[in-house]
Amino acid sequence: MNFQSNTKANFKVVGTRVPRPDGVDKVTGRALYGADFNVPGMQVGLILRSPHAHATINSIDTSKATALPGVKAVVTSADLGVPEDESLRDVQDNCLARGKVLYDGHAVAAVAAKDMATAKAALKLIKVDYTPLPHVTDVDAAMKLDAPVVQEARADESVPEGCGPNVTHYCEFGHGDLESGFGMADLILERSFTTAATHQGYIEPHACVASYGTDDKADLWCTTQGQYFVRDLCSGILGIEGSQLRVTASEIGGGFGGKTTVFIEPVALALSRKAGRPVKIVMSRVDVFRATGPTVSSSMDVRIGMTKDGRITAAEAKLRYQGGAFPCGTVDMGAQAAFAAYDLKAVRTQGWNALTNRPKEAAYRAPGAPMAIYAVESVVDELCQQLDLDPLDVRILNAADAGTKSSYGPTFDQIGLMATLEAAKEHDHYHAPLGENQGRGLSCGFWFNFGGNTSVSLAINSDGTVSVTEGNPDIGGSRASISMMAAEELGVAYEKVRTIITDTSSLGQNDVTDGSRVTFAVGLATIKAARAAIRVMCGRVAKIWGIDEDAVVWEDGAAKPSGPNAGDFEPMTLADIAAISSETGGPIAGHHEVNAEGAGVSFGVHLADVEVDPETGATKVLRYTVFQDAGKAVHPDYVEGQMQGGAAQGIGWALNEEYIYGDDGRLQNAGFLDYRIPVASDLPNIDTVILEIPNPGHPYGVRGVGETPIVPPLAALSNAVSRAIGVRLHELPMSPPKILKAVMAKG
Amino acid sequence: MQYMKPSTATEASDILARNEGAARILGGGTDLLVQMRSGMIEPEMIVDIKHLDGITDITAEDGGLRIGAAVSGQRLGEHEGARAMWPGVVEACELIGSTQIQGRCTMAGNLCNGGPAADSVPAMIAAAAVARIEGPKGARDCPVEEFVTGPGKTVLGKGEFVSSIFLPARPKAASDAYLRFIPRTEMDIAVASAGVNIVLADDGTIKSARVALGAVGPKVVLVADAADAIIGSKLEDPAITALVRACEAAASPIDDKRGTVEFRTTVVGVLAKRAARIAMDRAQENATGEKT
Repeated sequence: MNFQSNTKANFKVVGTRVPRPDGVDKVTGRALYGADFNVPGMQVGLILRSPHAHATINSIDTSKATALPGVKAVVTSADLGVPEDESLRDVQDNCLARGKVLYDGHAVAAVAAKDMATAKAALKLIKVDYTPLPHVTDVDAAMKLDAPVVQEARADESVPEGCGPNVTHYCEFGHGDLESGFGMADLILERSFTTAATHQGYIEPHACVASYGTDDKADLWCTTQGQYFVRDLCSGILGIEGSQLRVTASEIGGGFGGKTTVFIEPVALALSRKAGRPVKIVMSRVDVFRATGPTVSSSMDVRIGMTKDGRITAAEAKLRYQGGAFPCGTVDMGAQAAFAAYDLKAVRTQGWNALTNRPKEAAYRAPGAPMAIYAVESVVDELCQQLDLDPLDVRILNAADAGTKSSYGPTFDQIGLMATLEAAKEHDHYHAPLGENQGRGLSCGFWFNFGGNTSVSLAINSDGTVSVTEGNPDIGGSRASISMMAAEELGVAYEKVRTIITDTSSLGQNDVTDGSRVTFAVGLATIKAARAAIRVMCGRVAKIWGIDEDAVVWEDGAAKPSGPNAGDFEPMTLADIAAISSETGGPIAGHHEVNAEGAGVSFGVHLADVEVDPETGATKVLRYTVFQDAGKAVHPDYVEGQMQGGAAQGIGWALNEEYIYGDDGRLQNAGFLDYRIPVASDLPNIDTVILEIPNPGHPYGVRGVGETPIVPPLAALSNAVSRAIGVRLHELPMSPPKILKAVMAKG
Repeated sequence: MQYMKPSTATEASDILARNEGAARILGGGTDLLVQMRSGMIEPEMIVDIKHLDGITDITAEDGGLRIGAAVSGQRLGEHEGARAMWPGVVEACELIGSTQIQGRCTMAGNLCNGGPAADSVPAMIAAAAVARIEGPKGARDCPVEEFVTGPGKTVLGKGEFVSSIFLPARPKAASDAYLRFIPRTEMDIAVASAGVNIVLADDGTIKSARVALGAVGPKVVLVADAADAIIGSKLEDPAITALVRACEAAASPIDDKRGTVEFRTTVVGVLAKRAARIAMDRAQENATGEKT
């Protein structure tokens, strides 16, 4: 394969498996997570939550709680203003309910007290007078014209006439003539699917310490994927200037998108402001499940036409997502991603978002894509079964490639889909024999990836070492990758570089760690910051040597004369230059600020073998292989970790994970016992095959890898289970009772 | 909150009697501490029984084994005699919680919790285990199948606590097995479970049997019909079919977040069938000294 590339090819550091910089801290317990931070005088903050799925708050009486000795502050939404900006108002209202509670677990009030026992006692003394209202938690029920209204008049301008009152958003993508496309098909299948809401399942609960001064300067320490976004939201909600609120991100114990907004941070700040003391809030696991963001649940219809030889002639999807009690646009991403893997002449996707009485969804690894692609890949698989076609050959026949006009509009540049499909086809996994009650499934996956606002500073220390300062919490190994790219560019050893993640006052804006953006965008900015430092070093050397700056080049970690004409000088290494920097003009540093573009889309293909126990409906994953284009794998261990982690989460989503609501609209499984993420013994070793089709938008060809791997497992597992038991399920999770029922119904 | 550490059964019973309703017993603590941390209970007093004589010991008695109430799953699992004599009971106890929980959890605590899905209980009932209860009037014995009276409810009266579980002697040509269904492979609660204990006659047929089912009713049930279905057989197909039918008939589960009535009823029969076959294989091995 000959891929056009303007990117670097010969690497010394990038592509190696150096020791991870956070490893020792994490295994020895030295790493400081959100709940590990403490300051003198700190009070315990606790939040009172709604026992109702939907209710009007008639009154909140905090007088007894306030009067309890040891209580320093009690806050409700009345202690905050009403932001003009609608999206900020939604964030605030999710943190402390205003007027109505919109879901079971919605925060209503909070206390700060000298200790946990006092805080608990104070919560019990808060009297909230509710009038329960009819509720709705199911997306199809919520779409109806006569559904209970979660919030009045929240439809945006996209919503057409005739939709139910909970529909807040509509979108449509595609091109070509569907009817003539379906007319050319030999077989058209239309199927409907549902998927349950799933939680990101990060092990570390949300935690923060807020310290608000009497001069309206505040500090906040919290576990988050984006301290700058936390600053922007909290300063907006508290009505203070961004410069006066410094937010520092702790080490993070998993986020997966779920820590890209705020839940407790504005509450802790409001409590601290009122109490005049620092306040710490740590969420319980129950609260994390009830009141932070799972992903959307969905109801979908997919219709695909195919010729006898496997060519897709037309494809259409209707996606209905609910993202809880506040508007969200996740369905846009599902509608764009649904058919991204295919080169289609006629395609249309439509998406609707509906409000329900559930917690506001938060981003979860490729938000919106896994469910849409699950539905599409299930129908493609069934078409292959009915037409007796090889499912990999059909994907290869229809695969999007460079120059394909994508189903959501843009024309693809260099992409790795065909290479991953071909790698899967060549892999022995695809050809291994299967036994009784076993099945093999495959699915393509896709994610857009993102660049975004990024600011990096890189200091050349006088001892010849390098300090990189960046602003994106490390949720997937980015500190290692950033140090590696700095070392690569500067020509120094990886061990000479340390990358730290700084607070909001120390660098320009950095967008949230999301969109698989960090290794791409922060890496790009780091490379450019290193190049800026190199220019400074070459300038210093030019002065020492008394030659033009242009006559000095940087090679292998040292400044050298550009050629014989430039003069005969011994190369000066980075360490040589750094040691005398105070005599040549002072400290040496480089920095780079950019709103990075060219992230480069990401494709993956997963193969899954399962065995289903026909007497119990239990599914065992026997073998699993992930094929994915990483552009350039900076640190292959971490890339493989992302591929394995995404697959593990997707397998959980496919088999057991779900938010279960009772008729009363309350969440029934707010804990890891009955919200079943896979445990280690549930999974086989997940094999990985990294492909490297360089991204033209990055100096080293890097593409983000973090999100794509959660996309294919849903359909890969469903296709495998369907082939194992000889009957297709159309809903997730495929928990044992559902599989057993399908097996018994088949007879 | 007060912490008490009695050193005799009489003292423990006395404390419990004087603080009825306010005191909770700490054995392994794997249920107690979770309930306290989650706010389900706020006891005023914790009575730690781990320091009573013999309470952490496994001792031979009348050809059987007496398991102290504070013997952890880990300790029981490491006991060769227990593994050889009552492998089903040991494997059931070892399914409680995680590796970390195994270091603390106890069969007695699992029983006293009164839950229908307690893993060790169907195995104990199948084994005809007997709970030794200490109380104000001294010690008394209670067959495990009579111990739990309803969800979370037991026969324990004022000042009473379980001090040990007795696993009786059994003939050589006998064995037991326990199986549960959980949606994942560990760290879970049984959706349905079955303990089967069999004794073989000289001709290799089943001479006596006990079958107990978990998580398919308000408490663990001993199913005489299921035992009768396999007594006299070598687990041939008709006997197995009758066993499955008897278990399905004895199941009275509910629909909840962990499973449906239909699912639990079907699966409990499957588990009983599979556990019976494992127990049979083990018993034959014990009888002949050879792996089957």
